[in-house]
Amino acid sequence: MSKIQLENEKKIKIPGMKFDKPAPHPDKAEENLTPMVDIDRVSFFYEQAQALKNISMSISKNKVTAFIGPSGCGKSTLLRCLNRLNDLVEGARMEGAIRIGDQDIYRDISDVSVLRKRVGMVFQKFNPFPKTIFENAAYGPLLHGLKDKKELASIVEKSLRATALWDEVKDRLNDSALRLSGGQQQRLCIARAVAVEPEVLLMDEPCSALDPLATARIEELMVNLKEKYTIVVVTHNMQQAARISDYTGFLLLGELIEFGPTEELFTRPADSRTEDYITGRFG
Amino acid sequence: MIVSMRKVWKRGDFFIWLAGVGLALSLIMVAGLLLTIFVNAATFFWPADLLKISLKSGDTVLGIQTGREAIPDPENPEAEQKYRLQIKRGNRDITGADFIWIDEEDIARIEKAEDALIVERREWGDFFGTLSEVREEGRGAAGLRVLLEKLEPAHEIHSAIERLTRKDIGAINYKMEKNRLAVRSTKDEKALARLSGERDDLDRRYKELETRLQALRNKQVGEAVFLTSDGKEVTIPLSKIIHVYEPNALGMAGRVGFFIRKVVEFVAEDPRESNTEGGVFPAIFGTVMMVMIMSLLVTPLGVLAAFYLREYARQGTMVSIVRIAVNNLAGVPSIVFGVFGVGFFIYFIGGSIDELFYSEKLPAPTFGTGGILWASLTMALLTVPVVIVSTEEGLASVSGGLREASLALGATKFETTWRVVLPAVMPSILTGLILAMARAAGEVAPLMITGVVKLAPALPVDGLFPFVHLERKFMHLGFHIYDVGFQSPNVDAARPMVFTTTLLLIVLVIVLNLTAIWLRNRLKKNLSASGV
Repeated sequence: MSKIQLENEKKIKIPGMKFDKPAPHPDKAEENLTPMVDIDRVSFFYEQAQALKNISMSISKNKVTAFIGPSGCGKSTLLRCLNRLNDLVEGARMEGAIRIGDQDIYRDISDVSVLRKRVGMVFQKFNPFPKTIFENAAYGPLLHGLKDKKELASIVEKSLRATALWDEVKDRLNDSALRLSGGQQQRLCIARAVAVEPEVLLMDEPCSALDPLATARIEELMVNLKEKYTIVVVTHNMQQAARISDYTGFLLLGELIEFGPTEELFTRPADSRTEDYITGRFG
Repeated sequence: MIVSMRKVWKRGDFFIWLAGVGLALSLIMVAGLLLTIFVNAATFFWPADLLKISLKSGDTVLGIQTGREAIPDPENPEAEQKYRLQIKRGNRDITGADFIWIDEEDIARIEKAEDALIVERREWGDFFGTLSEVREEGRGAAGLRVLLEKLEPAHEIHSAIERLTRKDIGAINYKMEKNRLAVRSTKDEKALARLSGERDDLDRRYKELETRLQALRNKQVGEAVFLTSDGKEVTIPLSKIIHVYEPNALGMAGRVGFFIRKVVEFVAEDPRESNTEGGVFPAIFGTVMMVMIMSLLVTPLGVLAAFYLREYARQGTMVSIVRIAVNNLAGVPSIVFGVFGVGFFIYFIGGSIDELFYSEKLPAPTFGTGGILWASLTMALLTVPVVIVSTEEGLASVSGGLREASLALGATKFETTWRVVLPAVMPSILTGLILAMARAAGEVAPLMITGVVKLAPALPVDGLFPFVHLERKFMHLGFHIYDVGFQSPNVDAARPMVFTTTLLLIVLVIVLNLTAIWLRNRLKKNLSASGV
């Protein structure tokens, strides 16, 4: 943990978006990458408007993948395709296929709740239920039919520990979750998502409503969590993407402009539009 | 000058000032109303002095001053204004009218009456006069103390008789009626034989009770002899006397005790003398029970409707029309709901129930006539818009983020609604219920035609199976106010009851509201960040 903190601190000091000198990607050589989520020629439409244009990418297991891009570029839409949350939007339609493992989530899985058990999500505006801290963390397991009280308590403890919240709240599990601070609430939301043991964790700008200190804690958490989960994060903050992600995709007007290892994308962008964006010429 | 006026206008001082005046006016009106009711009600329970009024004509009148007013004299506007006093002189059985007006001109002297008594009777209202003697089986004795001593056993016998007639004989009558109906509805020989056996048994028990009742009645022998202010002798059986006291001799403690006794009597006892005396317990009971049943009916109805409108229905013109219709429903005159209740609930539904389940009793209706169930249902219909609107507002304020969070954890829409949305809108539902309850407790018009009566023979809940009798007619505080205030044969005697009953109704509404508010705050505590 301390090592990661040090790394984060070091990176935060780096001015601007550029790294001082291109360093070799640490994971690249030694690791065998397993694809987890396969996005295959996905297009998405709201009524007439096309939000995503023929996007294909492969998201690796136990890595943090970030989607960056200006507002309205479709990064949140793409994220919401991964747990079919877009199903609720009236008049929306998707083309192409998304596979998790070897299952096509739109064709092989008929029950979305099975899918959403495998693909958890954390939202931009932290949204704990107006219930106690315990009830929040236990919501998912209860929903999926866990009745045993002891087991439930151990799952709650485990997920609160995983989000480094346990020590702060263990004496007031029966307090309202809304009485926690913003950062704590967001970590509780992550704990709530983690409690159902998903394979993939989607995060939609999880830090944009938080102060820098709380943000640092969540980022630290993401780096820890990737040991168990595959994380896909949408962020507005390019420094954040640079700090925490292993892979970054840059989207612009519904198109995936560039996708690759984070360091490469930030240091040697292949596309001039990517370079313009990360150096702050627009966005 | 013009510039500064403009500045004042711009700063909004004028507006703030106007808003303050508006608030002050409303507060003064509400406070004035409450104060009038409170003062009039409270003085009713406080013992007043018994006065001896000597008239210039030589007569004397014993009574309590209850009012004073100017005598209108439109013929001579220049003349000096004259006044008259309203005196309650009691003794309705002897004098005919217990309230009289006396011109101040005709009065020679007013003084506190020495050793005069007020006798509260079960019939004919109060008696004012002095005690002559107490008679029991021919022997006579004098003195107020003797009377008070004898009064105690007389009260015990009276309440024993009440218990016997109300409870025991009432129960036998109820069973006999059931037996009679059972006989009417069956043709089976065996059953008939069994029923006639039961009937004989009941008859025997009835006879027994009757002899016991007669024995008790025979014990009621004591009498008290009183003198009126003009020397007439009046004999009152001890069993008819509720309470005797010397108002002018009461000290502070005595007055407070009297006050408390009157308040308890008012709240806990049955009415007497066509509601102008005694208590209003059946009306309190009826009001609370009607509001409770209404709450049980209106909450699920309104909440389900609001959930469908906001969560499931496709938002569009149709839903907008329904919403406008619901809001307009709140503005429909309440008597219209009453008429609907009579036509639909009582005649149609109640009539059908009678035909299906109570046919042996026809043509006497059971549910096909006004009753507490139908009154509560009508009230539920009247107040359902309030619950719908406030629940819908609550639903609109539940953030979409909460719903998404639940869905993203794999919950279905129903699970999300049940586990997340419903608990979050609970305070709004309770707010709606509070408003509905306040409205229902104060509403009278629809009740008058759906089951309220001026005097109900029995409460809707008693010790006889099935314990809760939803078909029974009931009494209601709001109707009681109307009845006592405007339908009473003795308006002057009834007036204080109007104020006290009004005060009680207001207190009841406040208590119901405070309970619901307390409940809502307890719920909110869990739901809010501040937790206060």
